[in-house]
This record gives sequence, structure tokens and C-alpha cells, in this order.
Amino acid sequence: MMTVEQHRKVIREELRSERSAATAHEAVIRMKDVYLAFERPILQGVSFEARKGETLMVAGESGTGKSTILKLILRLLKPDSGQIEVFGRDIVDMTFEEALDLRRNIGMVFQNAALFDSLTIYENIAYPLRENRDHPEPEIERIVRERLAFVDLDPDRVMMQLPAQLSGGMRKRVGIARAIATDPRIVLFDEPTAGLDPLTIGTINDLVRKLQRELGVTSIIVTHDIREGFRVANRVNLLRDGRVTFDGTPEEMVASDDPYIQAFLS
Amino acid sequence: MEGVLTGIERRARGAALGVFDYFTLAARAIRFLFARPFYWNDAIAQMDRIGVGSIPIVLLTGLFTGMVLALQSSVELSKFGADVYIGNLVGASMVRELGPVLCSLMVAGRAASGIAAEIGSMRVTEQIDALQSFGTDPIKKLVTPRLLAGIVVLPLLTVVADVIGIIGGMIVAVLRIGVTADAYMTGVLNTLAQSGFVFGIFPKDFVSGLFKPLVFGAIITITSSYYGLNTKGGTEGVGTAATNAVVTCSVLILASDYFITQLLLVILPPG
Repeated sequence: MMTVEQHRKVIREELRSERSAATAHEAVIRMKDVYLAFERPILQGVSFEARKGETLMVAGESGTGKSTILKLILRLLKPDSGQIEVFGRDIVDMTFEEALDLRRNIGMVFQNAALFDSLTIYENIAYPLRENRDHPEPEIERIVRERLAFVDLDPDRVMMQLPAQLSGGMRKRVGIARAIATDPRIVLFDEPTAGLDPLTIGTINDLVRKLQRELGVTSIIVTHDIREGFRVANRVNLLRDGRVTFDGTPEEMVASDDPYIQAFLS
Repeated sequence: MEGVLTGIERRARGAALGVFDYFTLAARAIRFLFARPFYWNDAIAQMDRIGVGSIPIVLLTGLFTGMVLALQSSVELSKFGADVYIGNLVGASMVRELGPVLCSLMVAGRAASGIAAEIGSMRVTEQIDALQSFGTDPIKKLVTPRLLAGIVVLPLLTVVADVIGIIGGMIVAVLRIGVTADAYMTGVLNTLAQSGFVFGIFPKDFVSGLFKPLVFGAIITITSSYYGLNTKGGTEGVGTAATNAVVTCSVLILASDYFITQLLLVILPPG
């Protein structure tokens, strides 16, 4: 016969396990105690998770391993130790071929767009479609036009141009169009607003919000520009010395009395 | 002292890892020649860039090499009244050694720097990371088509260099030394026939002369791709990668030429 206190304890345990199961269900990306060093330690026990449909900002000073985290999620790098799960699957010990397959479900927007110089804008956006899907050419053209329209670019004007003929902001938008060409469930942004003028930054931020609102993708934004990140992120993880030192909403971060966070925000 | 030893150990380990990475890259690039999907369009584009683009430089190199070879050999042969054997000497030298090696060195100078710089630029501007993010294996997409292009076009360019070199030698032999074109060509054909035939049709010298550029084509494309893929440090790194690629390709071509010649003398002994 259980006492009332024992009964309450069992209920608390059940609720806790249900809650963690729910969180586990929601978490699309999860890192646990990830360590990575090259010539010096980069990540020293990073743990965080990105939940389905949210926009998570990973902020921190330059050189704290923010972009490294994106490369770990894409399995372009392998951690020295720790666990990384994407879509509930441990990716650390994946084979090379399994990693290629994983990447097909993740879109990546690179810092300088990383468009293929020798290909037209059309070919750039069509590339992941040709590589990963068996679409006929008319279908590819339809998708390319649709994605260009989504990022507010005129398909007829830019499709046949080379990346070098576009401005930095337009290249970044094409980078977003290419990243979402295959309808990925996760989109990773590496410094999406770096080096852009204020108006273009606003356009890029609008696009990130539009992605979440209209396509429901889970986004991770890596940036050192925390003010711009606040405009789009639901949650913030702050990296310091290779670890996550803060995990919370932008409002909670602003309200924090931690001297480092206050210094970072100022 | 301990610091020096640690430095040497680190460099030795780095070199050993570099060699391991090089051969791993080569093995994967060769394996992908037989894997699907194969990027045929990229391979054809590379054949155009490496092959067609190198024709002018190969023509010039072959022509002047044949001419100077005839000129220099005439100085010694004339002492013995053996000018008529210029065709034999030019033919054997061009087909066995100078055609394959000089043609490959020229292509290395031109194409290796281009390949290393192109792939290196893709590395520093994150285009290779972008390829990987789309599930594309960069070795399959970038290295294997270049490897196929290299092993297809280098033997063809060598034939061009051989032919134009022999013609260059004939021009000098006829116009400057006074050997008839007929005597010169008879000398060329005799010397090729003397080494024997493979399958009773192909002169052994010609076959060995085509095997070498096949290997050199692989060396040029894999070495330059290796340097391109391992480019670090922005635009300066791209320049360094291009320079290192040309130097390493040139040394590897000359060094491997000796070992291939030794091997071919065993496999295809002169008749």
C-alpha cells in the first residue's frame, strides 16, 4: 500500500517522463556534451536542442565555434566526443553515404551564399533538385521560379544571370532559394545578415520569418549580430568558451543580469 | 632540444597523413569512375579545357623539341657521317620519352594550376561545403571527371606532340642538314619497328609512350585536386595551392617516368 507521499512521487515521475518524451518528440536537433578540438579546443561540452518549427539563434563572439556547430549538424565534421541527433537519429557514427542522405533533408544558407560561380542562378537553384530528386525539367523550372518568387526576386530577370552579376543581398536571397529548393525540414543560416546594408538585412529577416510562418521549417541561425537575431529568433543559445552559457527567449536574455550577457548585448 | 624533436615529429606526422590522404583521394576518385551517378557533362567539359585548351602549347612544345633535337643530334652524327640516322634518333626520343614527358609537363603547368586554383577557390568560398550540403560527394563531382579527362586526353595530346615533334625534326633535317624527307621517315619507322610490336600491330615504343601519359594524366589531375581540396587561408592559399600543384606534379612526372620506364622494359622488352 503506497502512502500519499509515495503516490505523489510516482505521479511526479510519470509527469516528468511524459514531459521529457514530449520534448524528445519535439526536438529535431539535439546535441549532448559535444567536444571538438582542432589545434585548440573549440567546443567543450556543448548541449542544446532545436525544436520543431522554431527559429533558434546560436550567438557568440567570433571564434567560439558557432559555424562549427552547423557543420556538425550537417555531419561535415565529426565531434571528438558527445552525441548529436537529427530527426531522432544519432548522426555521429553515420557512414559517409548515410551522411549524404541526411544532408538532403537539411538546407544550408552560407555566409557568402556560396553560389556556384560557373552556373547561372537557374542552374544553382536547380542543382539540389537534379542531384536529389527525379524531377522532369519543366517541374524543375516551375520550382526554381517558385523559389525565386518566394525570396522576392523576379525569375525572368535573374534566372539566366551569373552570381557575379548580382548584388550581395540578391546573392544571399538566391542562397536561401537554393537552400529551400528541396523542401528541407531544417534550414541552417550562417551569419545571414553579415556584410549587408540595413535595408537588405530587413529583407533577409523577413524571409527567415516567412520560412517559419509559411513553410514551418526549423531554423538555426548562427550570428554574432545579436540585435538582428532577436528580430527573428524564438529562442537564443549563447556560446562562451565552447559551452552554451545561456538558453532562453530573447526577452529572458535582455532581462538577464549576467554581466557577460549584458556586456555582449551592449 | 625537446621542442625541435616535437616539431620534427609533428611535421613527419603531418607529411605521413598528407600521403595517406593523397592515396585515399586517389583510390576514391578511381573507384568513382565505376560508380553512378557519373558526371559526364563535367568530364566532357574538362576534356575540352585540359585537352583542347592545351593543343596550342603542346604543338609549339612538340615542334621546337623535335627541331632542336634534330639540330643537336646532327652536330654529333655528322662527325661520323651518320646524318641519315637523325630520323631514328628523333623518332625514338620523341615517342619513348620527350613526347610523353614534355607534353605532360606542359599540361601540368597549364592545367594543374588551373585545377588547383579552381577547386581551391571553391574551398575558400564554401562552394565545396555547399556541394556536400546537397548530398554531393565532392570527389565524385570534382575529382573523378577531371581524372577521366586527364587519362583520356594526355595520351591523345602525346600523339599530337610525337607527330609534330617528328615533323619538326624533319623540317630541320631536310632544310638545314640536307637529309631527304624519305630517308628521315624511313629512319623514324625503322626505329619504331625495331623495338617490336604488341599484338603484331602496335610498335612497343608507341604503346609504352602512350602508357606513360595515362599515368601522368592521373598524377596531374589527382595531385592538383588534392592541393585544391586542401586549400586554406583565402586567396593567398589559392595561389599557394596552384604553385604547389605545378611543382609537385612536375617532380612526380619526372620521378615516376623513371620507374614506369623500368617497369615497361620488363613488361615490353625491346625486340
